[in-house]
Amino acid sequence: MAVTSAPSTGAETGARPAAGRARRRQGWWLPYVLLAPAVLLELFIHVVPMLTGIWMSFLQLTKFFISDWSAAPWAGLRNYQLSLDFDAAVGRALLESFLITCAYAVIVVSVSWVLGMAAAVVLQRSFRRRSVFRTLFLVPYALPVYTGVITWNFMLQRDTGVINHLLGDNLGLFDEKPFWLIGSNAFVSLLVVAIWRMWPFAFLMLMAGLQSVPHDVYEASAMDGARAFRQWRSITLPMVRPVNVVLVLVMFLWVFNDFNTPYVLFGTAQPPAGDLISFHIYNASFLTWNFGLGSAMSVLLLLFLLLVTGIYLAVVNRRSQRA
Amino acid sequence: MRTRTLTATAAVTALLLGATAACSSGSGEPSSEGGDVTLTYWASNQGTSLDNDREVLTPVLDAFTAETGIKVELEAIGWNDLQTRIQTAVTSGQGPDVVNIGNTWAVSLQVTGAFLPFGDAEMEAIGGADKFVRTALETGGAEGSDPTSVPLYGLAYGLYYNKAMFADAGLEPPTTWEEMVSAAQALTDPAQDRYGFALAAGSYTENNHFAFINAAQNGAEVFDAEGNPTFTEDGVVEGIMRYLDLMQTDQVVNPSNAQYDNGSFAVTDFANGKVAMILNQNNANATIVANGMADDAYGVVAFPAPADAESDVASHVAGINLSIFANTEHEDESLQFVEYMTSPEVQEQLGKPFAALPVLNDAEAVFTDNLEEAATFTEIYNTRSKPLPLVPAEDQFETTVGQAMNEMFATIATGGTVTEDDVRAAMQTAQDQVAASIG
Repeated sequence: MAVTSAPSTGAETGARPAAGRARRRQGWWLPYVLLAPAVLLELFIHVVPMLTGIWMSFLQLTKFFISDWSAAPWAGLRNYQLSLDFDAAVGRALLESFLITCAYAVIVVSVSWVLGMAAAVVLQRSFRRRSVFRTLFLVPYALPVYTGVITWNFMLQRDTGVINHLLGDNLGLFDEKPFWLIGSNAFVSLLVVAIWRMWPFAFLMLMAGLQSVPHDVYEASAMDGARAFRQWRSITLPMVRPVNVVLVLVMFLWVFNDFNTPYVLFGTAQPPAGDLISFHIYNASFLTWNFGLGSAMSVLLLLFLLLVTGIYLAVVNRRSQRA
Repeated sequence: MRTRTLTATAAVTALLLGATAACSSGSGEPSSEGGDVTLTYWASNQGTSLDNDREVLTPVLDAFTAETGIKVELEAIGWNDLQTRIQTAVTSGQGPDVVNIGNTWAVSLQVTGAFLPFGDAEMEAIGGADKFVRTALETGGAEGSDPTSVPLYGLAYGLYYNKAMFADAGLEPPTTWEEMVSAAQALTDPAQDRYGFALAAGSYTENNHFAFINAAQNGAEVFDAEGNPTFTEDGVVEGIMRYLDLMQTDQVVNPSNAQYDNGSFAVTDFANGKVAMILNQNNANATIVANGMADDAYGVVAFPAPADAESDVASHVAGINLSIFANTEHEDESLQFVEYMTSPEVQEQLGKPFAALPVLNDAEAVFTDNLEEAATFTEIYNTRSKPLPLVPAEDQFETTVGQAMNEMFATIATGGTVTEDDVRAAMQTAQDQVAASIG
């Protein structure tokens, strides 16, 4: 509070000149100096690139102008028209990619949340070797993305992969070995890999959240005859609600923007079923060298995510005010 | 509101311009004659591995340093990364001095303006335009312009066949598409995991080459005279269909090949005797031998066209070109280096380890000791190769059509059917994407 009040008094100097000036002399600059590194970094890492991206989206920034951006002609809204014209090839592909990404985000977030919650609740009680399980569960999250996902890529190969070896050769589930990385199965593979990577994060956050739920509440409810599920629904869920609100939002944003998983899993041969939107935008910019169009798509994605986040927070906040 | 946006835009622009200016002036050491100059050179992957590339090139570059006093810092880059790296370099202005490019990208990169044009003076400095094979030099840039790249290694596609398998089945090397398919069918036995053919069916770079070559055999062009795409032309669609049918109706290709996202998988299958034939550029030699197949165990013929084809084109003019970044601070030294790399001595020295065809007039093919193979490839390169379209959108043809073919092969491999209408629809989409990307 002190930090924000200092500049505001400074701004009111017109009304009370003498007092204002006197107060200003005593280290009025300190808050600014303390804030400066953060503000500057934020500016250069987030705000400037973002504004640049928005600016690029209005340019016809194709390969003809890529080495001299200033010469790129103004495209107005044309890049946006192209992206949103769902009857033409570019817009249709973007829409398909968008729908796939929505399905992907919803499934990955919900399954990860369920798995993370289940594991966190089970590991809430202390038992021997509990820490072993905790550590084990966190391994996928701790592994470098590339290492984890490329291993899945090997495992999911049709002829040499261990998945087909296990399901086909050992368990005899099918005669003809299926493809996992091309065709429609690619979506399933992508889900499995993404959930494998994401659920430990849900687990970690929920486990931390559960630490703050006092034990005596459970004991009291047990005295009243509440069983495990009732306890979870009426005590655990409400108590970890603040964690959940943030967790679901953060997971959704990460998963929706996921680039690494499809990029490493599919390489240059990405199947349409695994065409997630950030990957799609990357290809739209880098394979075609049309950075204006790619930026327009990015801006649309940004707007969509802002909208979703806004609605989500509004709904969640209203509910918590009512509660 | 509007003023604020304008101010913000102006501020960002100023910042960016400042940043780029700072970057370009900060890069590299001040130019000076002789002694202290170090050139950065990005080499593409030509040998059996990036390590092998470094091994082969290092003594060649050391000899250049000994001769001229110019040091060369070498970075060998794999094909999956090279295009992105060049792109980043072009966009940021932070690049090497000299770079290898796939010759089919030449015009697409030329229009970015990032490469130094070889005008009369520059051409003179590297030994004159006349030293190069004409078709090879023509890939260096758009027609009627000063090229922005010069040929370094020549490559061409050939049909490699396993001599023993053909002899056992009493087959002759094919001279028409029909003979090739029936030979492949005779040699296919899925129960024993043996197929007539292996294709890099998941590689968009390989796929688009065969879209082009098959279309060319049908007498079709993929771009018209104005540089607009014509992918939906009958000859193109039928050519693509013919190639897809190797897996779909002829069933001489293992469906697993739909996951082969680079040529080396097919080459390995061939070297291990799992398949009787592959289509590859002549640099497959090194990999075949490295995988344990003796170099007299296989033969090479030209990729055959159908008996009633309009043209017997068997390859595109494949190869690697050498470009100089226009913003280099060591233009003279870079030109000296290009002159050195394209000199008869170095060409002869690198021809063998990189299995490259000569790009210089009057040079002999030295990439193999097998005279017959050398003669076959030289003939394909000199008389049966057609350059990929020399238009700015050529790279868009490669990515869109290549990706579409990846998807169609995936459909076939996973049990679906691809009809001529499907191909036409996919080509229409690809064509629309190209049109959109030109902007």
